[in-house]
Amino acid sequence: MNIFENTLLIAFFVLGICLLLAAIRFAMGPSLLDRITAFDLIVANVIGIIVIYSKLTVDAELIDVALILSLFGFLGSISFTYYMLRR
Amino acid sequence: MNIDLHFVKEIISSVLILMGVFFMLVAAIGLLRLPDFYTRMSAITKGATLGMGLIVLGIGVYFNDPEMMFKILAILFFTIITSPVAAHAITRTAIHKKVTFWKKTNLEEFEEYLRENRLKEYAGQKKYPKEPHNSIKRADDTE
Repeated sequence: MNIFENTLLIAFFVLGICLLLAAIRFAMGPSLLDRITAFDLIVANVIGIIVIYSKLTVDAELIDVALILSLFGFLGSISFTYYMLRR
Repeated sequence: MNIDLHFVKEIISSVLILMGVFFMLVAAIGLLRLPDFYTRMSAITKGATLGMGLIVLGIGVYFNDPEMMFKILAILFFTIITSPVAAHAITRTAIHKKVTFWKKTNLEEFEEYLRENRLKEYAGQKKYPKEPHNSIKRADDTE
């Protein structure tokens, strides 16, 4: 029990650091496409965080949120890409 | 001899989650440190997909429930289907928008595509050159 809880806390910490690094790239990215890639990484990180959080608070419904988010991140990046291509 | 199955399940789950977190950290460092847009794109596409898949799979092993495992397999399926498509579309847009390559990138096999799509000849000049401004002439024609 103790090993698993500690693993989840370490995972939370490292995923927070990943979010910080992606946010730095999001702020200083030279082009707009760099920001879209950083947004992709942020969405993947948030899915991981939500899934781990659904274990910590034993709430199985949060998995549905991750399921929807994995589809909407794809939709967001694709629509932004087509907007840039048609502009 | 009896094995504590709960303990084994926790060990498997925590190993999967730690591997996923490691790949996610590698992807984030690659996003921050790599020199070029295209290399950053490759780091994100492979590392983040693998890392997220391993984290989600580890949680699915821990919950030990068929309904939960079905949802988690759906998340994995959607991610594995959609992530390469999104990466391909973003990189294609970057090439058509003429985002610069790194100077050490080997582009020899790629020259043909650039020549076919006329992306290289028009690299220096504007794609749609301005027409001569002739509104005054038309005003003369109406007289």
